[in-house]
Amino acid sequence: MAEQQADILTAENLQLWRGDRRLFEHLFVEARPECMVHIQGANGAGKTSLMRILCGLASPDEGQVCWRGERIGRVRSEFQGMLAYLGHRDGLKHDLSALENLRFCCGLQRSVEEVTLRAALDSAGVGDAADLPVRFLSAGQRRRVAFARVTASAAALWLLDEPFANLDAEGTAFVARTVLGHLEHGGLVVMAAHRLPPELSAARVAIVTLG
Amino acid sequence: MLSAMRLVLARELRLAFRRWGQAATPLMFFMIVTTLFPLALGPPQLGGLASGVLWVAALLSSLLALDALFRADFEDGSMEQLVLTRQPLPILLVARVLAHWLVSALPLILLAPLLALALDLPGRALATLLLALLLGTPTLSFIGAVGAALTTGLRRGSALLALLVLPLAVPVLIFGARATDMAAHGEDPSGALFLLASLLFLSLSLGPFAAAAALRVSLE
Repeated sequence: MAEQQADILTAENLQLWRGDRRLFEHLFVEARPECMVHIQGANGAGKTSLMRILCGLASPDEGQVCWRGERIGRVRSEFQGMLAYLGHRDGLKHDLSALENLRFCCGLQRSVEEVTLRAALDSAGVGDAADLPVRFLSAGQRRRVAFARVTASAAALWLLDEPFANLDAEGTAFVARTVLGHLEHGGLVVMAAHRLPPELSAARVAIVTLG
Repeated sequence: MLSAMRLVLARELRLAFRRWGQAATPLMFFMIVTTLFPLALGPPQLGGLASGVLWVAALLSSLLALDALFRADFEDGSMEQLVLTRQPLPILLVARVLAHWLVSALPLILLAPLLALALDLPGRALATLLLALLLGTPTLSFIGAVGAALTTGLRRGSALLALLVLPLAVPVLIFGARATDMAAHGEDPSGALFLLASLLFLSLSLGPFAAAAALRVSLE
């Protein structure tokens, strides 16, 4: 029973077809605290599809994804309460300010203090732009706001799809440091990325290669 | 759960306020369509048509607003975030549709008595018209939300949306127009109004669940 209560995300025997092309089969993924899962593969190898399956947005043709030993469909509310997903798209409303976006997304998960949200935006380097409509931010700044949403959510499990896209060197280093910190505090990270920045070489990484 | 609904409602209203041009389109459409009928028909034919004209115009303008209900959320990825929160999706969608109704249908209802008088609807039917619209338009929004959830993922969803939703909206149109008509002729419209109310509760209790399921399918 104690084994089941540990924060573990497992995917067993996943299989996915796109048309008549098989993206992957017999795929096992296991994410444990303090060890990052790095999903890599060429363009079109199915990295984003796998991420969407892991967070429950899409379902595989075969196999299942379990959180703490239970299928995620059965414990959806509990699982999603622990989850922060940084998708391919930022998921920000362009007519709302960065702060309003965060307040909404994090507020649906748990009650958060405004200070926490501002601190998350500050450390992501977009504190100055917190009250501007997201429309006025650059693609890299939007990515930083989206990442601040993940850090402010206080979720245990981070599913990050190409978190370094559009980021400059400083932003990349920041994301890498934050991910490292999250792992050290016992968090779970699954990341789809082409290559990892050198800052992450200190982390324990399990590699899943697609294609 | 209530606080989640309040958050969704506040966000949607704020968004609508920032894009008020888009929010005002259904209202302008409603006004223009209702003024087209007198121009085309001329005064002698107009008597007795008022309730029908108002209801068809209301139905079409609610359809016009529906297409935008989930589309922007799909395109910027915020729908994924909404689906992945710990809150039950149908509850969030109730708030979402309610906000949509407040923005797209409520102004239209407030304007309806004025247009009704311009269309020569007897004054004694105004209260019934208002009540019927108040009961009927939320039903249209909840039915439409299911259609919008199904078609938003498609590239040319708008035309399909109309084909899906319009047949389902027929009962609302029939009883809504009938209630107004009966009141205009001095009859008791309560039967039609009760049927409208029951349609509202039916769509309120089933619609959000169907829309949530449809959204999950559209996101795959």
